[in-house]
Amino acid sequence: MRRMPKLISCFLFVVSLQLATGLGAAEAIHEERSRYRDITVTQIGERRCLLFNVHRGDRNQTCVMVNDRDRLVFDYTKMSFAGLLLNPEPSRILVIGLGGGSIPLTFSDMFPTAQIDIVEIDDAVVRVAKEFFFFEETENMRVFVDDGRPFIKRAGIRGQTYDYIVLDAFSGDYIPEHMLTREFLEEVKSIMGPDSVLIANTFSTSRLYDHESVTYQRAFGEFFNFKLPTSGNRIIITQLEPLPPRGELVTRAADLAERMVKYDVPLNDYPRRLSTRVDWDMSRRELTDQYSPGNLLQEN
Amino acid sequence: MAFASGACIMTIEMLGARILSPYFGGSLSVWGSIITIFMLALAMGYLFGGRLSTRNPNAVTFAMFYISAAVFSLPVIFLSDQIMEPIFMVMEDPRYGSLFAAIFLFFIPTTILGMISPYAVRLMVKSEEHSGHMAGLLYFVSTLGSAVGTLGTSFYFVLWWEVDQILWGTIAALALCGCMILVAHYAINPQSQKEQGRHAKNA
Repeated sequence: MRRMPKLISCFLFVVSLQLATGLGAAEAIHEERSRYRDITVTQIGERRCLLFNVHRGDRNQTCVMVNDRDRLVFDYTKMSFAGLLLNPEPSRILVIGLGGGSIPLTFSDMFPTAQIDIVEIDDAVVRVAKEFFFFEETENMRVFVDDGRPFIKRAGIRGQTYDYIVLDAFSGDYIPEHMLTREFLEEVKSIMGPDSVLIANTFSTSRLYDHESVTYQRAFGEFFNFKLPTSGNRIIITQLEPLPPRGELVTRAADLAERMVKYDVPLNDYPRRLSTRVDWDMSRRELTDQYSPGNLLQEN
Repeated sequence: MAFASGACIMTIEMLGARILSPYFGGSLSVWGSIITIFMLALAMGYLFGGRLSTRNPNAVTFAMFYISAAVFSLPVIFLSDQIMEPIFMVMEDPRYGSLFAAIFLFFIPTTILGMISPYAVRLMVKSEEHSGHMAGLLYFVSTLGSAVGTLGTSFYFVLWWEVDQILWGTIAALALCGCMILVAHYAINPQSQKEQGRHAKNA
């Protein structure tokens, strides 16, 4: 019994610490508990952010400047557009994972006639994106509330292809392990054509980095590994065809950079950051439907 | 033995979500389907197992539960794609897709595993006054096994082995239990079979 006061004060300390670090000075303008996660929307000044599972210390999913909605706030969001260096004029775009919707909104703004399909597992996220992050479905931009894997499998069976695919389903604290496997990547390949580019926002830390790199390499061969010193994310960029030479990327970047200024995407800086160097442990096991302990690997 | 059956049930259940996810995804409804089907199958198993225990309860039948559960788990390894693909093609809604896939893959082996507990109670109970005690002990042991199966699979097995390897381990464990019951039965009581035969003839 003597230990109780200590325990209580310890508990209070942890709670106050979490409140201080988790929310900072931001004001939560919306909180809800969906089937999959706790969703919090905060606002500091003009900056509005979407957070998942804030009490477990997750980072922001998406932020938007309410007074400058075109501007992309996070590096990883901007990095998702590096695929334009491989395919500068996509007409059929697939985004797995909606978040606040800034990636599809930017695509829709850049390519108004492109068909944009978005797959999001959590209908609450769709609702929050519409209510707080200016996301709107249009004739050309539709959201499907579904799991990414069956959606892609079905699209493959129907013979549908997309020429720009963004896999952005891995930023929560739970990793959908069935979307890390070799079999899944083979299904993704089945919806890609010769001009298609695949962008995967993945993990840059933990043992999972090695396993994931090995898996992508087995499925696609060489890929661009895209990291920025300012971001904890690693973006994989690849296509079915062999990767273009750096000179071509530089030329494309120069052509497109002007259009990307309003989104604050420093495209000219990207070609030199795209690396094909193997910086992972190649002896790690490939992830398959038989072996995919992504959540356990991330913790270890 | 009850421990092993409890552990095997939960190991297969935990792997169930992994087996279904390539076709039906990892949404909450897939877990819902699996748990529903396992609960229904166990319920049917308890009913049938209890009813069977009223008719000439014997160790050989008991051993057959383990062996047939092992045999009926084999399609999970060999036929899962063949079973799930047509369901995936016919059913657009992953909720019902996963529900039907779970029925075809897991219902039969889980029903058989559910028959074990009530039947074991009948075999262990020697007198009326001990029946509650025995039933309690049995549920204690088998549920403890379930806890170990759940924890082992989700924390470690999937990190060490492939899904099919874990399933093979489960099948081997079940078959081994069946064989051990048979061996124990004939080794400890070699006369019983003959006597039973004689009784049958007299009857």
